[in-house]
Amino acid sequence: MQTIKDALREIRRYPSAIAGLFIVFLLVLVSIYAVITIPYREAITLWRGGEGTWRNLPRTVPPAWINYFRSQKLPETIALDSRKGAAERQESPLGDGKTITLLYTFDYRADDFPREINIFFETAFQERSPFASITWYTPDGREIAIADLALRSGSSSFRFNQDDKLIRRIRRQIGDVPVEVGLFVAPNPPENPRPLKGTYQVKIQATAFDPETQIDAEVVVYGKVYGIAGTDHLRRDLRIALLWGAPVALSFGLLAAAGTTITTMIIAAIGVWFSGVVDNLIQRITEVVMMLPLLPILIMVGTFYSRSIWVILGVTILLSIFGSGIKTYRAVFMQVRESPYVEAAQAYGASDWRIIFRYLIPRIVPMLIPNLVTMIPSYVFLEASLAVLGLGDPQLPTWGKVIQDAVAHGAPYKALYYWVLEPAALLMATGLGFAMLGFSLDRIFNPRLREM
Amino acid sequence: MSEQALAIPRKRVRSVSFLQSTFARLLRYTLVRGVTIFITVVIGVYLTVMIANMGGYVDQIRKGEIRENIAIQVINDPAYRSLSADAKRQLIEERVRLEEKRLGLDQPFLIRSFRFLENALTLRLGFAQLMNSNSGSRQVRLILLERLPATLLLFGTENLFLFFLSLFIALMLSRQYGSLWDRLFVVLSPTSSAPGWFYGLFLILIFAGWLRILPFGDLVDAPPPQTPLLYALSVAKHMILPIMALTLSAIFLSVYSWRTFFLIYSSEDYVELAKAKGLSGRTIERRYILRPTLPTIVTNFLLTVIGLWTGAPIFETVFNWPGLGRTLYQAVGLFDVPVIVGSTVIFAYLLAITVFLLDIIYAILDPRVRVSA
Repeated sequence: MQTIKDALREIRRYPSAIAGLFIVFLLVLVSIYAVITIPYREAITLWRGGEGTWRNLPRTVPPAWINYFRSQKLPETIALDSRKGAAERQESPLGDGKTITLLYTFDYRADDFPREINIFFETAFQERSPFASITWYTPDGREIAIADLALRSGSSSFRFNQDDKLIRRIRRQIGDVPVEVGLFVAPNPPENPRPLKGTYQVKIQATAFDPETQIDAEVVVYGKVYGIAGTDHLRRDLRIALLWGAPVALSFGLLAAAGTTITTMIIAAIGVWFSGVVDNLIQRITEVVMMLPLLPILIMVGTFYSRSIWVILGVTILLSIFGSGIKTYRAVFMQVRESPYVEAAQAYGASDWRIIFRYLIPRIVPMLIPNLVTMIPSYVFLEASLAVLGLGDPQLPTWGKVIQDAVAHGAPYKALYYWVLEPAALLMATGLGFAMLGFSLDRIFNPRLREM
Repeated sequence: MSEQALAIPRKRVRSVSFLQSTFARLLRYTLVRGVTIFITVVIGVYLTVMIANMGGYVDQIRKGEIRENIAIQVINDPAYRSLSADAKRQLIEERVRLEEKRLGLDQPFLIRSFRFLENALTLRLGFAQLMNSNSGSRQVRLILLERLPATLLLFGTENLFLFFLSLFIALMLSRQYGSLWDRLFVVLSPTSSAPGWFYGLFLILIFAGWLRILPFGDLVDAPPPQTPLLYALSVAKHMILPIMALTLSAIFLSVYSWRTFFLIYSSEDYVELAKAKGLSGRTIERRYILRPTLPTIVTNFLLTVIGLWTGAPIFETVFNWPGLGRTLYQAVGLFDVPVIVGSTVIFAYLLAITVFLLDIIYAILDPRVRVSA
């Protein structure tokens, strides 16, 4: 206990240890924040819930804060939902039925065009589908007919850039540009068009054939930036994965490192104390296991049995127990075994197990702690490696899985740097934090190295 | 004068016999190590087979597949269309039984596992289910052997490069202990906790994605250059980033620990004595510091190399390098069981060969092994 207290006091003298501790502390805070604000179930839903959960988010856009570093501001998403009162609603009876008019008004001030535009309808009627026509009003007073369509019962959507008629109409009226550009520029735009800034309006005029008809619609003008982390190819908010990656990485790294080092140490102590056959057996097993290719075997386990992070964790620990650490600990235990106090313990009749657990192992704890801390990053990266190979946990969002998605969808080639850099930076910070702390602890606990 | 003239041949005779006995010891050591490592490999490969086929899980998949293929064949074959449903079922059962017998699936697992082991050890790795070699063969061995040179080229070059570069820098730093560079390497040593593929991602982003001066990955340009010289140059260009990534991930820790070894050995008494004798700095470094440190360094390097090998599947995937590792990754994607097992076996072999080679180097370097093996 005294050694640990001394060590803590000594840590203050190492800047790298302080930096490492600071990073670890931050990670723990982030983990706690993630687990509290987004409970496990909610995180899984937000990450695996399906298209409906994240339909209002733009696809593969960088985080919103990059606008601070740009002179030309990228647009943020504008979502206008008639159920939330974002539309002026007018209903008037017409014959047996009625007409419903929804008028959406929004200001557009960004220097770039939106990513896409969709309208999501929610319709309820009795017999005949209502008929809707959508019109677009630009700030310079033009009026563009978007589409005429029959609304299906329940949820339906209209995607501007997938409608052939609209695409042809834009080409005819405005010029050879995509729909989301054509709606924001004056006709015959130059080579590099800029959006017209000002107030835009979208009008949905529906004719219903019975008075009970309900029509609601949400107009979404997708931006080119989102949130503090951006989104991926499925429109998911990367924030969820980046936040939840922290507790997953920490627990995996910590459990694997602790499980491995402590078991390794106990086995080494047993081998040294009982010597003879036991020691030999342990040494031979170590030699075999050291030659097993860890990653290919984990890949086999992941492919054939289970991708659950806990199964992989167990196998990793099993395969790393008999690692190179055994040889190091063995050398130290050999020295400890010869010390007089062990002899004294034997003389008063202490049992073998008592000597192993009360006399041998406590002596080597100062060596164990730095080792344990230094091992954590390698397991954090191992989890990421498996995820990048597509063998990550099927449920949990992790940093490695974000990198895998990014690489699999060509983020480096498409210049979507944020998608790779965000999880990579977090992994790097975690790795560096624990490694710096471990290296300094090593120098504190093993003073012979200190001068070097 | 004449005495000396006589003494020289006698000394030569003695040194020849000494060389012979050293050689014999080395040979014996090599043999013993070779046998030990071979036994280790056998156990390792058997474990691989056991994991791959634990509880016959893989067999179940294969049996299911055989049944489905045969059922489709029988149903689609116009010759059997006139048969009744019962007769068809019987025909399918019969054929499944024959096919399982042909593949040896009807024997108990223990016997089969030894058969697998024998096949794996002799590299009879069976036939891939979906993948082919470039020449169109379905033999797993051919697929893997075709990919092996690319892996050996990349990791062989990298290991040699890393070893000599680290050695050079470590020696240089140990000479100027406490200098700015020295402290820089000490401070940067924790960065080695990140694996090579991780640095690879960054390097790809910078040099291929942003600056566009180096290729994103792969072995050669497409289409490959026609003349051998241009081909080699193209391969070299594609190797720059992977080698940089692997080096970045390993060098700081290697240099840091090796320089520490050098420092430990240079505080030995015999180094002080050599200095007192007035030997030149180079001689002291070569004979009194480098020489006794090398065995320790080789052992340390062995662990680094094992780490590099282990990371190959993901590293080659990130760099799209057409080697063994990426084959394993592709096999995982296609669930091609024989290829997965085959690559794991080859990786076990590669690890064993690396350990064996470094063991021999160790034996040559460490006089204690030479004298009393």
